[in-house]
Amino acid sequence: MRTKGYVPYLFLAPALGLFAVFMAYPIIYSFLLSFQTGAGKHMSFTGLSNYHRLFSDELFWTALKNTFAIMVIQVPLMLFLAILLAAGLNSVKHLTGLFRVSFFMPAVTSLVAYSIIFSLMLMGDGIINQFLTAVGAGAVPWLSNPIWAKAALILAMTWRWTGYNMVIYLAAMQNISESLYEAANIDGATRVRQFFSITIPQLKPVILFTAILSTIGTLQLFDEPYTLTKGGPSDATLTIGMYLYQTGFRFYDFGYASTLAYVIVVLIAVLSFIQFKVTGDEE
Amino acid sequence: MRTSSAIRSLILYLAMLIGAAVSLFPFYWAAIAATNESGKVFAKPPVLVPGSKLIANVVHLNDAIGIGRVLFNSIYVVVIYTVLSLLICTMAGYAFAKFTFLGRNAMFAVFLLSMMVPYHALVIPLFKMMAAWGWLNTYQALILPNLAYPFAIFLMRQNMLAVPDGMMEAGRIDGVSEWGLFTRIILPSVKPALAATAIFLFMFQWNSFLWPLIAVQNKEMYTLPVALSSLFGLSRIDYGQVMAGVTIATAPVIVFFLLLQRHFISGMLGSAVKG
Repeated sequence: MRTKGYVPYLFLAPALGLFAVFMAYPIIYSFLLSFQTGAGKHMSFTGLSNYHRLFSDELFWTALKNTFAIMVIQVPLMLFLAILLAAGLNSVKHLTGLFRVSFFMPAVTSLVAYSIIFSLMLMGDGIINQFLTAVGAGAVPWLSNPIWAKAALILAMTWRWTGYNMVIYLAAMQNISESLYEAANIDGATRVRQFFSITIPQLKPVILFTAILSTIGTLQLFDEPYTLTKGGPSDATLTIGMYLYQTGFRFYDFGYASTLAYVIVVLIAVLSFIQFKVTGDEE
Repeated sequence: MRTSSAIRSLILYLAMLIGAAVSLFPFYWAAIAATNESGKVFAKPPVLVPGSKLIANVVHLNDAIGIGRVLFNSIYVVVIYTVLSLLICTMAGYAFAKFTFLGRNAMFAVFLLSMMVPYHALVIPLFKMMAAWGWLNTYQALILPNLAYPFAIFLMRQNMLAVPDGMMEAGRIDGVSEWGLFTRIILPSVKPALAATAIFLFMFQWNSFLWPLIAVQNKEMYTLPVALSSLFGLSRIDYGQVMAGVTIATAPVIVFFLLLQRHFISGMLGSAVKG
C-alpha cells in the first residue's frame, strides 16, 4: 500500500510508549530485583541468593503444590464441562440466547464479588450445605478442611470460567463443516461417537488455546484465595500468587517477591511450551 | 424412533436449564441477601424472597465505606480508562492489521508474548515507580498502567484484517487523510469488535483487584472491589451490608453485558476462530 512510511508508527506510538514504560521496563526491573535483597531504597545485589532461598523455603513448596493440585483438577474439569455445554447449546433450537447469556454471565462478575458470594454460600450453615443435607449428602466442611477448601476454590473457579470457555468452543464448533457430521450419519455413527471422533479432534487447536489461557490464569491465582479462604486453613490454599503478595506487600521483601514472580513466569513459559509440543506432535 | 429422540431432547433441555440455573442462582441469592437483614443469610430454610431491608443495608454500607465516593472512583476510573484504552488499542491494532512496516512482526510478537507475563511480575516495579513519582493513591495510578492492553490490540487487529484493503485504496484515491481513513472507513466497519473490546476493557477495569489493592491505601481512593474486600475482612461482618455492596458492584456489569451481549459474543466469535 502506498503511504508515507511514518504513518503506521504514529498509530502505534501511544501503545508503544505506554508499553515501554508500564510493561517492558517493569519486566526488566523486576528481573533485576529478583537478584537483590534489602528493603525500600536500600537494595543490594546478592546474586542468586533469592533463588537459593526457594529450595529451603517450605512455604514456597506448599504454595507450589497447592497451585498445581488446583490446576491439575480444575482446568481439565472446566474445559470438559465447557465442551459439553457448547455441544448442548449447539444442538438445542430454542432458548439459545437465554442459555448463552446465562452461562456466560458468571464470567463478567468481579472476582472479589463472586468470591464473597461463594464464601457465604459455602460456610458451615450456608445454603450449599443446607442443600446437601436436604438431598441426604450431608454437610461438607468447605472452608475449614484443607482438602475441601481446595475443592471450594475449584468449585468457585469452575462456576466462573466454564461459560467463558464455552463461548470460545461454541464459536469454533460453528465452524466445523456440516458435511463431516452428514458423512458420519450415513456411516451410522452415534451422536456420542460423533462427539469424540469429529467434534473434539476438530476443536483441538481451540482446546490448546483455552488450556494455555486457563493454565496461565491458575498459576496467577490470587483474588479467590485472598477473599474466599485467605490462604487457609493452615496454608492449604496458599497459592504462589498469594505468597508473592504477602512477601511483597506484607513483609515488603521486594527482592524475594520478584524472584517468586519469575518462578511464575518460568512455569508459564515451560507449561505453555509443553502444551504446544504435546498437541503439535500428534498432528 | 421419534419418541426416543423426543426424550433425548427433553433431557438435553432439562440439563441445559439446570446449568443455566446453577449459573444464575448465586446472583439471585446475592440480590435477595442484599434486601434482607444480616442473619437471614444463614436462615433455615433459606430465605429466597426479597425482604425490605435494602435501603437500610445500603445506608449501613455507606456508613462503613462511603459507597457514594467509592462508586464515583470506580465509575470515573472505568470510563476514562475504557475510552482511552479503546482508542489506543484500536489505533495499534489498525497499524498491525493494515500496514507493512519495519519491525511490525517483531513488535506484534512482543505484544502477544507479553500476554503470557503474569501481572504479579509487574506489580512490584509498578508500585516502586508510583511511589517514586508520588502517584500512589491517585487516579492516574489506577488508569495509566494497563492502557496498552495487549489482548485488546490483538482483538482489534484480528477484526480489522477482515476489512477489504480496496475500501482504503478507494478512500486514498478520493484524497481522504490517513486519520480520516481510520475514523470514517475502518472504525465503522468494525463496530461489533469495538463494542466487544469496550465491554472487555470495561469489565477488566471495573473488576480489577490486585493493582488497586496495591496502588491505593487511602480509603477515599478505594475502588469498589477493594472497598468490598476491606469490608469482608472485618471480624464482625454485616452480611446484608456486604451483599448490598456485592450487588452494587455486580449489577452495572450485568446490565452493560446484557445490552451489548450480541456484539460481545460476535466479537469473541470473530477473534477466537481466526486466532
